[in-house]
Amino acid sequence: MSMERAEIQSLKMPMQMVPERKSKEAWVKTGYIGLLTLFLLIFLIPVVLIIINSFKDEAEFYARGVLSLPLKPSLDIFREVWQLVEFDVKLYNSLLISTAVALLGLLISVLNAFAIGIGKIKWGKFILAFFVFAMVIPHEALAYPLYYMMKMIGLYDTKLAVILILSVLQSAYGTYLLSSVFRTFPASIIEAAKIDGCNKWQILMIVVALNKPALSLLLVFYFIWTFNEFFLPLIFLVSNANQTIPLAVTLFQGQYTGYATMQSACSLLGILPCIVFFFLFQRTLTQGLVAGGLKG
Amino acid sequence: MKTRLDRGYYWFLIPGFLLFIIFVVLPFIANIYLSFTRWSGVGVPQFIGLKNYLRAIDDFNFWLSLKNNVVIILVLTTIPTVISLFLAVFLFQYVAVKVGKTTANIFKAGFYLPQIIPVAIIGVIWKWIFQPNWGALNVILEKIKLGNLAQNWLGDPNYALGAVLLVMVWFQIGYPLVIFISALQRIDPQIYESARVDGAKGLRMFFSITLPLISPEFYVVVLTTIIYSLKIFGPIFALTRGGPGNATTVASYFSYKNFFEFSNVGYGATMSTIISLIILLITVVYIKLQNFESTEGE
Repeated sequence: MSMERAEIQSLKMPMQMVPERKSKEAWVKTGYIGLLTLFLLIFLIPVVLIIINSFKDEAEFYARGVLSLPLKPSLDIFREVWQLVEFDVKLYNSLLISTAVALLGLLISVLNAFAIGIGKIKWGKFILAFFVFAMVIPHEALAYPLYYMMKMIGLYDTKLAVILILSVLQSAYGTYLLSSVFRTFPASIIEAAKIDGCNKWQILMIVVALNKPALSLLLVFYFIWTFNEFFLPLIFLVSNANQTIPLAVTLFQGQYTGYATMQSACSLLGILPCIVFFFLFQRTLTQGLVAGGLKG
Repeated sequence: MKTRLDRGYYWFLIPGFLLFIIFVVLPFIANIYLSFTRWSGVGVPQFIGLKNYLRAIDDFNFWLSLKNNVVIILVLTTIPTVISLFLAVFLFQYVAVKVGKTTANIFKAGFYLPQIIPVAIIGVIWKWIFQPNWGALNVILEKIKLGNLAQNWLGDPNYALGAVLLVMVWFQIGYPLVIFISALQRIDPQIYESARVDGAKGLRMFFSITLPLISPEFYVVVLTTIIYSLKIFGPIFALTRGGPGNATTVASYFSYKNFFEFSNVGYGATMSTIISLIILLITVVYIKLQNFESTEGE
């Protein structure tokens, strides 16, 4: 927030210093930017309110309301919520599951795409259609049989169950995307590698090494998607020790309905990791990569 | 050139293909089978033919869930798409040019922010804002002397779906925005130059150049949004649990409740099978249309 304001301020400054030279166009520009800034501020009000109310105690909230700034900002509420939610456990679970799914999902995607995009195997298009099916299928159409299966093999209420299912489901997108990326991989490089006596694993390594940007993009997407996943973790991770952050935050609100600032502090704790990821991966995330759907 | 060596590529597909069979294909087939049975989740499913489907035809809540999904589709494919198209053009063709790329990127990131928050937590935040007594929305309405508009937003069947839709629109905007901006970056500026030379102006250029050129992205946004709207679950769970009554229930929540609350597995499977078939149909039609367009273009 403050960064945005500072940026806009610095843009206005030079114009304000020479008001007599301000042309009509400059006025229009300032007006437009002002309107846009106002719109963005209104748009972000929910996030701002969550932030300011997380630093108040309950008494102050009920006395002064949701819109006032905290009188004596304190971290006490966070400490309390952190302990109630066992936030460190939830953070660990979320990071572990997301990282595992990102890596395993990527591995599956690369192997699939290597066969389809580089190997150009027969029926490749047909097989891809199956992966598209896995991409669009609603999870509730798989949930009960998977739930039953995991209960039978003793993986119900384990992080491993969620990791396996989500890796496979998400690898469908990567298979689709990487197949079209690999298809355009120069055949001459592969021919040269073959002449040098490389086997298929070595060729795979070359393809991986030369497609690092696409692969890291997939890693980021898998990680974030898994972190945000709700439906399957809700079904599979019932015990407190296995739950992820979105699950814990949602269940916390249901339990502490009357505690306004605890709820907001809990949401803020839940958002913070995402904001960290956002700054780490901003470039990748806002590139607007379309679901590989642009190339048929 | 086709030697034995090339057949070796099939081996690389085997792990992915097996996992895909185990975790997607078999559960999906099992789910279809369950839709023809009565089963509480314990013991052996009892085959009852089409009874679940016949029951669904007369079930008010079944149709209400589908109707709510359709309303969500209609709202999410239009409002955020139009707002973000306008924002994208304004950010890319005005702010980035007249003020600077950094400023445009900051605005883009700001509008994109809700997209990175887990959608269930989005639900939690807005439920907090909609709280009837101390929630920010009613407090703000009070402050601007519109207190008589204050409502129990999520508790009143007349407003609950509208409140959910507001949240979804807020969440959604960033997604088409980044896609449209990247689409605009793709367009060759020379096209605009020559149009300008020919005397074309702002709106005209938007409708006869920008819009046709970004239509591929437009289709993708619409398709993915339709599918997303049909799958929607997290925000409903966090905001209303389908309530009050069944006012905001959706297909996925309908299935969830039948699976895990009513122990009515067969009936839940019926709904999820129907939704899957709708989604598959839409996807197939979309792919056909896309192939048709691309072959026509050549």
